This record gives sequence, C-alpha cells and structure tokens, in this order.
Amino acid sequence: MSDTATYGQAWKGGDKPYVASYGKLMMWFFLITDTLTFSAFLASYGFSRFKFQDVWPKAEEVFTHFPFMHGDHPLLFVALMTFILIMSSVTMVLAVNYGHKMQKEKVILWLSLTIVGGALFLGSQAWEWSHFIHGLDGVHATLISNPYGHPLFADYFFFITGFHGFHVFSGVVFLIVILINVIKDTYEKRGHYEMIEKVGLYWHFVDLVWVFVFTFFYLV
Amino acid sequence: MTDEQDKGNWWIWKVFWILLGLTTFEVLLGIYKPGFLNETVFLGTKLLNHVFIILTLIKGGYIVLVFMHLGFERATLKWTILLPAFILVPFLLFILISEGAYAYLMM
Repeated sequence: MSDTATYGQAWKGGDKPYVASYGKLMMWFFLITDTLTFSAFLASYGFSRFKFQDVWPKAEEVFTHFPFMHGDHPLLFVALMTFILIMSSVTMVLAVNYGHKMQKEKVILWLSLTIVGGALFLGSQAWEWSHFIHGLDGVHATLISNPYGHPLFADYFFFITGFHGFHVFSGVVFLIVILINVIKDTYEKRGHYEMIEKVGLYWHFVDLVWVFVFTFFYLV
Repeated sequence: MTDEQDKGNWWIWKVFWILLGLTTFEVLLGIYKPGFLNETVFLGTKLLNHVFIILTLIKGGYIVLVFMHLGFERATLKWTILLPAFILVPFLLFILISEGAYAYLMM
C-alpha cells in the first residue's frame, strides 16, 4: 500500500491523513456534536433525578403497558422497541455490506427492511407516548404536571425520547431518499455506494443513543 | 477495507446475538432485581446500576467499533472521534451528578 510509505508525511500537507472521504469525516464530526448533545440531556436528567430523588418516579412503575395484554409488564415494551432498533441496525449493516459489493438488489432489500424497522420503532414510540400522556386516574401527563411524580420526569421523557424520535424520523427520511437513489441507479453511475455507508453511520448512531436512553431512562 | 468485504456476514450476526443477549440479560436483571445487587450501594448508587452501565458501555462499544466500522479505521480517525467523548462526557457527568447530589442536600 502506498499510504504506508507516505504515512509519516500525512500531517505535513499530505492529503487524507484519516484515509476517509470528506463526507464520512463530516458525518463523524456531526455525530460527535450529537453525542455531546445527548450526553448533556442524559447528564441533566441525572442532575434532576439526584436533586429530586425523594419524589422521582420509578420508570418501571410508569411504563408497564404492553399492547393487547392486560396487567403490569414492566420493561417488556421498551425491550421490544430496543430489539426493533437493534434489528434495524443489523439490516443497515447488511445493506452497507452489499453496497460495498455493488449488489444493487440486495441493497434495496436490506434498506427497505431498515425503513420498516424505523417505522415500527416510530409507531411504538407513538404508542408509548400516548399511554404516558393518558396518565393515571384521569390526570394527564403534560409538561407542567404529571400523575406519576415530579413534573420534570415528564419533561425529560418528552424531551429526550422526543429528540431521539425526531432523529429516527430524520433517519427514515434519509433512508427513503437513498433507497430511491439506489433504485434510480444513482450510485451505480457514481461507481460506489458510499452514501449508504454515511447514512448507515447516522442510523447506527441513533441505535447507539437508544441503547443509552434505554439504560438511563428505563433501567437505572 | 477489502479484507472484511470477503469474510461474509457472520460477523454482523455475531454482534447481533451479543447485543440481543446483553439486552435480554439487562431486562431480566431489571425485572427480577437480584437482592444482593439491588441492596449493595457503591459510589452513590446500587451495584445493579453499575452492572447496567457496564453492560451498556459494552453494547455501545460493539455498535461503534463494529457496526459503525470505527474499529477498522485508521488510528488517527479513531482517536479523533473517541477522545472528545472520552474526555468531555465523564467531565459533564461528574459536574452534573455531583452537583445534583449537592443540590439535594441543600434543599
């Protein structure tokens, strides 16, 4: 490889010291800023939770519903949502993988399944939100009051899962755009499927954030 | 790049099973809350929560290093991405969590 010979020179005005394309690099830089945003959300959740620890609701006592099932099923629905998102991450890697191999049909298949996963997740989130808002004994959960405990709990719930849900929604839009491009042969003409990889980075990041939201909002 | 293109898809499914297994384990711990883990307090929180955090970091590591391919990128890129998070996130957590505990005591 020629880049081992020029490796020592890479920082002296040599091109591509990261051996990554401009677009991929920029996606990574965006994801760093987004990481810090979500970290700030979860850390401030931690602040409020420690401050109001005497009146903070327990998530497993708030989110106990499961569609078409009666009784209390703590963690079950959110575990299903996590499974859906992990699964859609897997279909995404498969799409990226077949993109590298320039196998258009398989990219279309796995991208479509990723979109289905994203849509399922968004639907689940809508269901979770409506149950949360519906509240207890006729008292609805809003930004200024909630029947489960301290109002900040509802604020953080709407804000963090809402911001994450908006990321998922944006991701689904990106995926639909690149799926159309794949079908239209845009990347065949370009000679590579790197756009799938870039959107894939974003999609995995959304999964990554959910893994942390799941732990810090529902488990801990 | 070419090396892992040729090794098929088994590595994707391996990571999938790891993520699924760890998540299932977390959910079971969250539902059954083993007494010892749930009652021992260490560094201001239950031992169970430490277990959750460690498992979550392992899951996050697999997603970032394998799914997002960062583990196979040039070391310069890897550290450019990871170092800001490794430095700033613990700093942020330290400030906000310790101040939250202080604000509780001052109420």
